[in-house]
Amino acid sequence: MKRHLLSAADLSRDDAELVLTTAEELRSLADRPIKKLPALRGRTVVNLFFEDSTRTRISFEAAAKRLSADVINFAAKGSSLSKGESLKDTALTLEAMGADAVVVRHSASGAPHRLAHSGWVRSSVVNAGDGTHEHPTQALLDAFTMWRHLGPKSGGSLDGRRVAIVGDVLHSRVARSNALLLRTLGAEVTLVSPPTLLPVGIESWPVETSYDLDAVLPKADAVMMLRVQRERMHGGFFPTAREYSRRYGLDGRRMALLQDHTIVMHPGPMVRGMEITADVADSDRSVIVEQVTNGVAVRMAVLYLLLGGSQPAVSTEGLPE
Amino acid sequence: MPAHLEPESAAAADNARTVMDGSDIGRALTRIAHEILERNKGGSDLVLLGIPSRGVPLAERIAERIASVEGYAVPVGSLDITMYRDDLRMKPARALLPTQIPQGGIDGRTVVLVDDVLFSGRTIRAALDALGDIGRPKAVRLAVLVDRGHRELPIRADFVGKNLPTSLVERVRVRLLGVDDVDAVTILGSEGEGA
Amino acid sequence: MTTYLVKNASILGGDPTDLLIADGVVKEIGGDLSADGAETVDATGLVALPGLVDLHTHLREPGREDAETVESGTRAAALGGFTAVHAMANTEPVADTAGVVEQVWRLGREAGHCDVYPVGAVTVGLAGERLAELGAMADSAARVRVFSDDGRCVSDAVLMRRALEYVKAFDGVVAQHAQEPRLTEGAQMNEGELSGRLGLAGWPAVAEEAIIARDCLLAAHVGSRLHVCHVSTAGSVEIVRWAKAKGWDVTAEACPHHLLLTDELAATYDPIYKVNPPLRTAADAEALRAGLADGTIDIVATDHAPHPHEDKDCEWAAAAFGMLGLETALSIVQETMVDPGLLDWAGVADRMSYTPARIGRVADHGRPIDVGEPANVVLYDPSARRTVEASESASLSRNTPYAGMELPGRVVATFLRGRATVLDGKLA
Repeated sequence: MKRHLLSAADLSRDDAELVLTTAEELRSLADRPIKKLPALRGRTVVNLFFEDSTRTRISFEAAAKRLSADVINFAAKGSSLSKGESLKDTALTLEAMGADAVVVRHSASGAPHRLAHSGWVRSSVVNAGDGTHEHPTQALLDAFTMWRHLGPKSGGSLDGRRVAIVGDVLHSRVARSNALLLRTLGAEVTLVSPPTLLPVGIESWPVETSYDLDAVLPKADAVMMLRVQRERMHGGFFPTAREYSRRYGLDGRRMALLQDHTIVMHPGPMVRGMEITADVADSDRSVIVEQVTNGVAVRMAVLYLLLGGSQPAVSTEGLPE
Repeated sequence: MPAHLEPESAAAADNARTVMDGSDIGRALTRIAHEILERNKGGSDLVLLGIPSRGVPLAERIAERIASVEGYAVPVGSLDITMYRDDLRMKPARALLPTQIPQGGIDGRTVVLVDDVLFSGRTIRAALDALGDIGRPKAVRLAVLVDRGHRELPIRADFVGKNLPTSLVERVRVRLLGVDDVDAVTILGSEGEGA
Repeated sequence: MTTYLVKNASILGGDPTDLLIADGVVKEIGGDLSADGAETVDATGLVALPGLVDLHTHLREPGREDAETVESGTRAAALGGFTAVHAMANTEPVADTAGVVEQVWRLGREAGHCDVYPVGAVTVGLAGERLAELGAMADSAARVRVFSDDGRCVSDAVLMRRALEYVKAFDGVVAQHAQEPRLTEGAQMNEGELSGRLGLAGWPAVAEEAIIARDCLLAAHVGSRLHVCHVSTAGSVEIVRWAKAKGWDVTAEACPHHLLLTDELAATYDPIYKVNPPLRTAADAEALRAGLADGTIDIVATDHAPHPHEDKDCEWAAAAFGMLGLETALSIVQETMVDPGLLDWAGVADRMSYTPARIGRVADHGRPIDVGEPANVVLYDPSARRTVEASESASLSRNTPYAGMELPGRVVATFLRGRATVLDGKLA
């Protein structure tokens, strides 16, 4: 594995599968009375969150603590418009504190990339979501969730599985990371969205696209609904929230089109009534709550594989004893 | 397939000395099974935990033998010690192996750790730490197929298949059907053997 | 004033000859010249070009002296072979009155490294609401002839029409920064396949092309001339070509960075490559080079845009737009146009001296190197190669995208009205 996890594209198939198998082992930790492993004892993990996100931050915090790492939370004010303390100065402060890993969430695409390659810090950088660019650990936990439900039946991999990702692809870092990672793992991805919410150049992505949700649903093994902000209406991306829900929302009627084994996913937070209705979100098909649990295990796996040894894990065949 | 699970090829074992063949192993495991039952005064409250990789098939075979003697199944599982290794930070992060604690846990039970080779004792120390984070057994015993000496920690086995004095330059290789293609314990790199 | 005897210079790439520079003019041209008391400049192997004229520079003074001053910017200009630069109006305060343009003009004269022609803003405060006092600026000591809201687009069609009409009274020209504002809200880089992958908001080519098309039609309709700043796309080149074919008085400029660099560089997320208009695709760069070669693009202008460290040493979205350009312009033109055979030195003289001076209505620059003409001359060594060192720039800022790159050519000497501003590659 590379020293930094900035993009889902940083993971080879072997790397990704190593994360998934490691997460599988770590998941059972949640059932133990002592939810702790000593692997990252003495390592310092800094959560550098420039964007508010309690859920993701708590998930990383839990992951680091369960591996016995020391966690420092740094909630920095400062959007890309009003700079406040600069990214560089914050990074230099962390370096002085001796961080082994920096988990960074920022509203500017490429900020973790800058952190990793600027020479400001020597630690591993884990991208916890940068602007509209990527969110690799989300994609990993999504893949892990799919793998647990769909994997064993297809011989333990996601090869050939059909995944539909529905919603505001243009502004979604989750969609980007998932499209890349699922392809790496052998799955087939279809993005479903109104034309206004697909980025220019989408033809070059390793995905299919469709404007017709009803046509895509019956063939899908997993359906991932993306959050769609009502405010996008003001940018002219769709005329009304009602029209959006009617054409692209997953409701009970559409849920009935799904195959028996198909799971419904959502990275959260949901806008109930917009992209997904309550009866779907709370149905048996929905693995949305499980995604959150899996998030901790997956993030533990990532942190362990990056920091648990003298250097990140070598995932190709022939592990050193 | 990761290195620790790779079956040994016959060619690589050319200058090797076989010290236990399939039948030797079978007899040793049978004896160990009986010793465990004797010491424990029966099979109740026993839990066998094999240390991956080859400790697991050994634990399963011992469990089979106990079942055929006592008439009921003894819980068997596995205990990965990767994260508890004291040399964790000396090499790149290692992949985890399966930990599967049987239903019923280990609290108040007699845990028998099963491994293929006892050498420095560090693996077992790590296993004891791992057990401590899982529960509180009444007692912990250790069964190994081979004890090759050269302990670096005050650790000893309760049940031993074969005591094998070795020199530090020698390597002891255990192969087991299911993981490898044969049952055998071999010593490689002995002085005066092969090139 | 010192008399200079320049020996063996190749004027516009022609056969080597001598030049005698005295009393501010080219006194003599011929073989084996001699002059008592003259300082000899050995120009063996050097090309002599008319002093370069930049129609688009940002000197940042008044207001942003942390990034650049007229003094430092004109030093960089002289080192780049420029004898005249047009200083854009987006200063603080904006150059939208006679007072500010005269201040900038005076600062240029005092510094003395090259002539500074201030550009006047089209609208008050660059706000795009009402015209600035264009006439007052034209009549001022600075004698402004080029007007631009550069940095912002004059997007209101009526206002643009009025500006085009109004400047006819004093033979002025409106230089448009073509960027439809609504289509480019929050834009960070060229809109294309890469912007989608990188998660950076796109700046579509159509936002530039649509404004250029509109402005060409407007200029034709009111019988005015139009200058288009920093053309960056293949589509824009075609539109300018079409307008010229119609006989309309449209001129256009291309920047060195758009001739050489492409949007692939944004994948590094290093804001040193962030510029407005953004770096485009390889196909766009190729179309610009072809357009510059055939004259559709009339001139090269640097759009030299200095920024202090903290405005570039950050995440992409927070960084300022702009790159340095004065000291590397001639080398980039040699690299992209002369060496591949697209333009000869006479062509360089046209694109970087004669034509920019003509568009700016600058009388004593952009003159051919001839007896009696003002001695605004650059001596350039095309056979040299140098690695660009950001720390060695005369600019106060360091935001050059060429740091570490090896480029051809070196300015050896620059003469401003017969006075050496640069000798032996260093400020004189």
